[in-house]
Amino acid sequence: MAKFDLNDDGVVVIIGSGAGGGTLSHELTRRGIKVVLLEAGKRESLASFSQYPPEAFAQLTWLDPRTHSGTWTVREDYPTLPSWTAKTVGGTTVHWTGATPRIQPWEMKTRTTYGEMKGASLLDWPIEYDELKRYWELAERRMVVTRRHGNPGLPASNHFKVFYNGAKKIGYKRVHTNYMAINSRPADGRAFCIQQGFCVQGCKTGAKWSTLYTEIPRAEATGNLDLRTQSMATRIEHGPDGRVTGVVYLDSNGREQRQKARIVCVACNSVETARLLLLSESGKFPNGLANSHDQVGRNYCFHVGGFVWGIFDKPICAWRGTTLAGIVEDETRHDPKRGFAGGYHLELAALDLPSLPLAGLPYNWGRDFASIMENYRNMAGIFINGEDIPRATNRITLDRNVKDSYGLPVAHIHVDEHENNGAMRAHAQQQSKALFEAVGAKRVVHTRQTPATHNMCTARMSKDPRDGVTNAHGQTHDIANLFISDGSVMTTPSSANPTLTIVALALRQAEYIERQMSARNI
Amino acid sequence: MDTHVPVDRREFLKGSTGVLTGVLAAGSPLALIAPSRVWAADLRVLTSAEGATLMAVTRTIAPHDGLEDAAYAIVVQSTDADAVKDESLRKLLKEGVATLGPSFATAPESERVAALRKIEQTPFFQTMRVKTLGTLYGTEMAYRYFGYEGEAFSKGGYLFRGFNDLRWLPEVPLADSGPMPVPAP
Ligand SMILES: Cc1cc2nc3c(=O)[nH]c(=O)nc-3n(C[C@H](O)[C@H](O)[C@H](O)COP(=O)(O)OP(=O)(O)OC[C@H]3O[C@@H](n4cnc5c(N)ncnc54)[C@H](O)[C@@H]3O)c2cc1C
Ligand code: SF4
Repeated sequence: MAKFDLNDDGVVVIIGSGAGGGTLSHELTRRGIKVVLLEAGKRESLASFSQYPPEAFAQLTWLDPRTHSGTWTVREDYPTLPSWTAKTVGGTTVHWTGATPRIQPWEMKTRTTYGEMKGASLLDWPIEYDELKRYWELAERRMVVTRRHGNPGLPASNHFKVFYNGAKKIGYKRVHTNYMAINSRPADGRAFCIQQGFCVQGCKTGAKWSTLYTEIPRAEATGNLDLRTQSMATRIEHGPDGRVTGVVYLDSNGREQRQKARIVCVACNSVETARLLLLSESGKFPNGLANSHDQVGRNYCFHVGGFVWGIFDKPICAWRGTTLAGIVEDETRHDPKRGFAGGYHLELAALDLPSLPLAGLPYNWGRDFASIMENYRNMAGIFINGEDIPRATNRITLDRNVKDSYGLPVAHIHVDEHENNGAMRAHAQQQSKALFEAVGAKRVVHTRQTPATHNMCTARMSKDPRDGVTNAHGQTHDIANLFISDGSVMTTPSSANPTLTIVALALRQAEYIERQMSARNI
Repeated sequence: MDTHVPVDRREFLKGSTGVLTGVLAAGSPLALIAPSRVWAADLRVLTSAEGATLMAVTRTIAPHDGLEDAAYAIVVQSTDADAVKDESLRKLLKEGVATLGPSFATAPESERVAALRKIEQTPFFQTMRVKTLGTLYGTEMAYRYFGYEGEAFSKGGYLFRGFNDLRWLPEVPLADSGPMPVPAP
């Protein structure tokens, strides 16, 4: 592994080593570009992942506080965890469950397709679907996605059999074991999935793609990567011309360091990305970096979500098997006759026993609650994943009253869900109930909105600088050598789980950065 | 995973203020694995009476009649351990217990539920609810009671240990699923 000097102003500094930052690090270093990768978390490994869920949660999750407000029900149900992300080398790709469906063509043109929606800030993407398709395909090959490019699907678990038969009985046509960045056979030097169901705790076989054991070690092998763990970026600095010059961070000993840079790429996962841009306020940029149009942190999107649990009178043992290997694609369409714009996926989802009460049934106690838990062996689960409607007022700001362990103001998340979300969620809950009842569920219960595992759009790509923060390459409109390299740049969230798109955009951005560097534009 | 039976007594010499004790039911699967059917959980800041009240609170929040008291004692012991480090929590717990009164621990369930409903919005109740739901189901006793098999990596996953043994529904066509990655051993 390389070690670059703090004063080396020829390096690219990437902040965050997850889906976006980890992939970008590999792509730049393999092109011979020197990269310093700053990551706030520690480095774990297949061997060090804990298989005791509460311990794994503490090992991987971003636990520094975030505050929140607004009318979303997450405030009541998950007061301390509005957004669920990881803080570890590999970022949330260590936690994630590997589902990688693509965005639909019209989902990149929501303003055009859905029209004027009251209280919404819809916007068409500045990239064409066909342009991005090429990069989704590259990303799918890179991540070895099942059911794409000749990769077999994952086999059907007990849990999937329940989901599949119910879905078919109520007339769904496109139901399968999902597109998964999880090996259905040995590939990419990694093992195949042994159906443990510990995807969220860290996959000890490495069957699940994570930048921790794919992109990052490959980047290290090029000799061009200097990965600094437990290094928390606290501000990005700029020169008198407004171009960024380096990054200030606290190292593993809590000491402040200053790394110079030719280019800075921020990939901290939307909430933290917006926070870091805002924390970098200066005399020249009093509202934070890349924020001349007051767009940083606005239009924050998650996915319309929630669990639905079907309780049967026979055992299912849903914990045996890949956590999210099942999808219904039929509701992924824009059909206003259903009473809402946009679409959603129904995805199969299991939760381990220790996590189920607080994560999956967050509202209850007493006999009724206990009677649900008593049926743990006989439960099947669905996770709803639908398109959230962006609003300019749903946004990330700094909460100057609450400081994290680094002494910095924490991110504050404000969300008032658009009414479209409620209509969509109710429809998805109804369909899930019908699905389970079609195969004999004796009771169906559901949660409200779950914490945001998918965080997007806080520095969105826009054609017009007044509508967003970056251009179609994630380059900020305001500062030519400042890039955003994670899900923050998505113009709208679509109904697809975001990681495939984050990786695709990172692959595309790397090509652009190389071209711009060669042309000496940056 | 510090959730075995009997509950850990290592801290005893450092001075404990209270203790919870019990006997595992004969014939309970746990009685077979535990070194002794008698268990004890030392408390560092709560008295035995306070511990007993909190035990009753946890059981009222998550009432599983067949689940051993020892599992609930782990929740109380873990709460007590948190309170060692956190003075405001200690105060919250002691005041909460005092509000519920001395008869709470032995009151019938309907009365305990009514008493807790009244304080449902208080930080004391919310703390105990989150603590109970976040701790109880991670105990080894809960794993066994609910039939949860947990960690599977060391046993080769569930691929050949029942991930697809459900027979009460038709099988899924291969086109919508996928082949087994390797033949059965
Ligand atoms: C339980 C769970 C399941 C999921 N399942 C799926 C799924 O099935 N499919 C899917 O598409 N998506 C899934 N996701 C979401 C997916 O993990 C994220 O979309 C993706 O990882 C985001 O990539 P990212 O690069 O934006 O950020 P991350 O992968 O979160 O990486 C950001 C990194 O930046 C670091 N960081 C943040 N701030 C700083 C700072 N100031 N200085 C230094 N480092 C910093 C963080 O520690 C972190 O490691 C899931 C998420 C969760 C929590
Ligand atoms: S189920 Fe498969 S992907 Fe998930 S942790 Fe196990 S081996 Fe990894």
